[in-house]
Amino acid sequence: MKARTTWDCVCKVEDLVAESGVAVWTADGPVAVFYLPHRLPALFAISHTDPFSGSNVLARGITGDIKGEPVVASPLYKQHFSLITGQCLEDETVKIKTYPVLLDGDQIRLEVPKNKQETAAA
Amino acid sequence: MNKQTLIVIGNGMVGHHFLEQLIATAAAERFDIKVFGEEKLLAYDRVHLSEYFGGSTHADLAMGTAQWYAENRIDLHLGEQVTAIDRDQKTITTPLGNYRYDELVLATGSYPFVPPIKGNEHPHCLVYRTLEDLDRIRASADGVKTGVVVGGGLLGLEAANALKSLGVDAHVVEFAPRLMPVQLDADGGALLRRKIEELGVQVHTEKATIEIVDGESARLRMNFSDDSHLETDLIVFSAGIRPQDTLARASGLDIGERGGIVINDQCTTSDPHIHAIGECALWSERIFGLVAPGYTMARTLAATLNGDQEAAFTGADMSTKLKLLGVDVGSIGDAHGQTPGARNIRFNDEKAGHYRRMVISDDGKTLLGAILVGDNSHYDTLLQYALNGITLPDNPETLILPESQGGAPALGPDALPETASICSCHNVTKGDICGAIDAGCSDLASVKGETKASTGCGGCAALLKNVVDNELEKRGVEVSKDLCEHFPYSRQELFHLVKVNGIRTFRTLIRDHGKGHGCDICKPTVASILATCWNEHILATDHVPLQDTNDTFMANMQKNGTYSIVPRIPGGEITPDKLIVLGEVANEYNLYTKITGGQRVDLFGATLSELPAIWEKLIAAGFETGHAYGKSLRTVKSCVGSTWCRYGVQDSVGMAIFLENRYKGLRAPHKVKMAVSGCTRECAEAQSKDIGVIATENGWNLYVCGNGGMRPRHADLFATDLSDEELIRTIDRVLMFYVRTADRLQRTSVWMENLEGGLDYLKQVVLEDSLGLGQELEEHMESLVGTYQCEWKTAVEDPEKRKRFREFVNAPEKTDPVQQWTTERDQRRPVLESEAAL
Repeated sequence: MKARTTWDCVCKVEDLVAESGVAVWTADGPVAVFYLPHRLPALFAISHTDPFSGSNVLARGITGDIKGEPVVASPLYKQHFSLITGQCLEDETVKIKTYPVLLDGDQIRLEVPKNKQETAAA
Repeated sequence: MNKQTLIVIGNGMVGHHFLEQLIATAAAERFDIKVFGEEKLLAYDRVHLSEYFGGSTHADLAMGTAQWYAENRIDLHLGEQVTAIDRDQKTITTPLGNYRYDELVLATGSYPFVPPIKGNEHPHCLVYRTLEDLDRIRASADGVKTGVVVGGGLLGLEAANALKSLGVDAHVVEFAPRLMPVQLDADGGALLRRKIEELGVQVHTEKATIEIVDGESARLRMNFSDDSHLETDLIVFSAGIRPQDTLARASGLDIGERGGIVINDQCTTSDPHIHAIGECALWSERIFGLVAPGYTMARTLAATLNGDQEAAFTGADMSTKLKLLGVDVGSIGDAHGQTPGARNIRFNDEKAGHYRRMVISDDGKTLLGAILVGDNSHYDTLLQYALNGITLPDNPETLILPESQGGAPALGPDALPETASICSCHNVTKGDICGAIDAGCSDLASVKGETKASTGCGGCAALLKNVVDNELEKRGVEVSKDLCEHFPYSRQELFHLVKVNGIRTFRTLIRDHGKGHGCDICKPTVASILATCWNEHILATDHVPLQDTNDTFMANMQKNGTYSIVPRIPGGEITPDKLIVLGEVANEYNLYTKITGGQRVDLFGATLSELPAIWEKLIAAGFETGHAYGKSLRTVKSCVGSTWCRYGVQDSVGMAIFLENRYKGLRAPHKVKMAVSGCTRECAEAQSKDIGVIATENGWNLYVCGNGGMRPRHADLFATDLSDEELIRTIDRVLMFYVRTADRLQRTSVWMENLEGGLDYLKQVVLEDSLGLGQELEEHMESLVGTYQCEWKTAVEDPEKRKRFREFVNAPEKTDPVQQWTTERDQRRPVLESEAAL
């Protein structure tokens, strides 16, 4: 059975920082949303939590591309994570969560698991 | 087992090197070691003696320290001359007593030869050998006009350089028809003469001095055999050396016909318990007047005493490469073509002032020798051909022709055999370098550290780098100068592109000169370059995404995602009121507080969203950002100086505050630290900083390119007794040249070591303005100083910039749930992973 999800508005376009990330709080915990205006699509959302330190910092990393793959570098220990798949480029056993993200008018919406949201709201 | 006593007579370069080698072996445990030196000073570098007049001190030239001798339990007797050796009793005698030995090493060196000329005992007739000699020369040259050096060889020209640096008109008088008759031929000697005369040193060849008498217009007059004469105020004899074999001779050891203590291949004399090394030793009828063969003897003897039966001294290559008065001179092997059948190839460009001669074997396959004047760039390649007997190409002349005329590129490191000697000072072969790389060395610096290659005279620096780069490449290590996959340029090249094309954004630069979208390597690098060139706010919209998080949020990220805050406290001077504000802010936000090594206060544990409010309070109290997060000037540490300290000779705090305020905010390839000490006691530890300033009675001594950290490096003395203005100007130039030319994340020490020519080159650029860049560097620095802004002040005043400091943009009230705290020693700190698991 497919998990039930919801498209939540997490922030406005004006909150985004071009070529960089911002952190948002979601029903599924902290998420980093990146806006790379020179790419198509231009929006990416991955977990904000750096799996190597457990700290919530990935939105504050430097974005870029490694061999064409859009990535963010952890600001703590500098590992790169694919913005598309969440795969860590330096350690194939580490992969972080990614989230579908879309632009709806001036709102940024993320697809997050619904049941968790209910728990969080309760 | 009772220890044996090993006595070393002589504490010069070779004697010291012998001790270093011996200490490194197991044999060191077998011996109680005593060293006797006639001079009062510890062994020092005689090769660079003329730098003594350029500001170097004995400490700069010293080979070791008293501490090193003490740590290795070597009993040091300086200023205690040995007067006799009793071989039957196995004792030596000094004015203070007798000492027994089991093994005796003579490293007595040589003394300058003074030709038997009538009048040579005049008090202003001097020699050039020791620091005491140099002090005498300096005293004699004080306030006079003219000085003569007798002897146009290698040492003579060094002495002429020394006289020139003392500001007297220097003359060189040589008996032979040309300068450096041993190393050069007629054409080479003539070119060298022309170049040296252009530098203001007058050369007189084919002059035999018959007497020295009182002068008319100067202190002395030299009368020559051709009835000409020369008036001068002092004469320095530098007409060759003679082995110092007096002690050995008196004790009945075998001595050569023309002097020198006879030794065998193990450096042992005719007495099996007495050994001789260096310039006092005669091996196979030859005296070796260079330091490298002396070092080889020292190594051989140390190995022999350690029980190595194979160790043997088998002669030494006398090839030399040097800069005499700034002129390149090189001489390799059989430079005069004395081998039967030898043939010559000559290249002589009188316009450019380059002379090159190759001596090749009669079959044209082997290089026997070479002479270079004016340009030593071909030396390394030619030396490798000669030393290793590498077969010459079909057109050997291409090796010395300029590239524009079909000259061959330098011999690639691949062509060198494993046995090729790369560094002759420390006897390091290409095989040794490959071994070090295989054992884990992955860059030039670590290979140097491991093998000591290129840490002697430094002449092999360029060749060593080639070999190391080549070997690393072969092993798949990327040594490309490319910054990253997005830019095929080094940092310096990017700097030029930005500057020349007036590029102000990363986007433009990567569009025009790179590819892709950039990464965490190139973005901060370009941000730093843009800051140096244009000095716009680092949070200007275009620059925000280029910065490391620490620069973006102008604070230092800690492991739990919170930040630490370091306000600037220039020179470490702070008023009680400001100190109270720091305490109040720390209390209000529950920040962990610690004093840093750079004389400031670090406040830990602020969340991202707290930063602007904290800084508002700090700015209101007069604080500025401390740039602890940036690759930029950190602190200028200082001692209290002459204001309070009874020893201080200058106001070190005042100077430190001035320097810190001048250079704050300067973006650099790496962090930059400075310190100012108010006297020679050096309480501010300036010699471990990138820029270190130490007060003297007459001004300031400047040290550069030191650092602490993982690979500590003592700073080098750069200039002495500078006025305030001279000091600032010199630091401006050094820093700006560093900022413009260093690689990414390269500290000043590594930068300077990697400059071809190293410290001397840097001195030329900065002190002598050899590139004509001085004014430009100063103006660039002045413009950066003029456009400084406190980044935090600008940021807190701008609502758009403040938006960046929201922890979660959709939940301003939310605190980060992973940040958990505990209390230790009355302060808050993060809960550790190990504790959280409990």
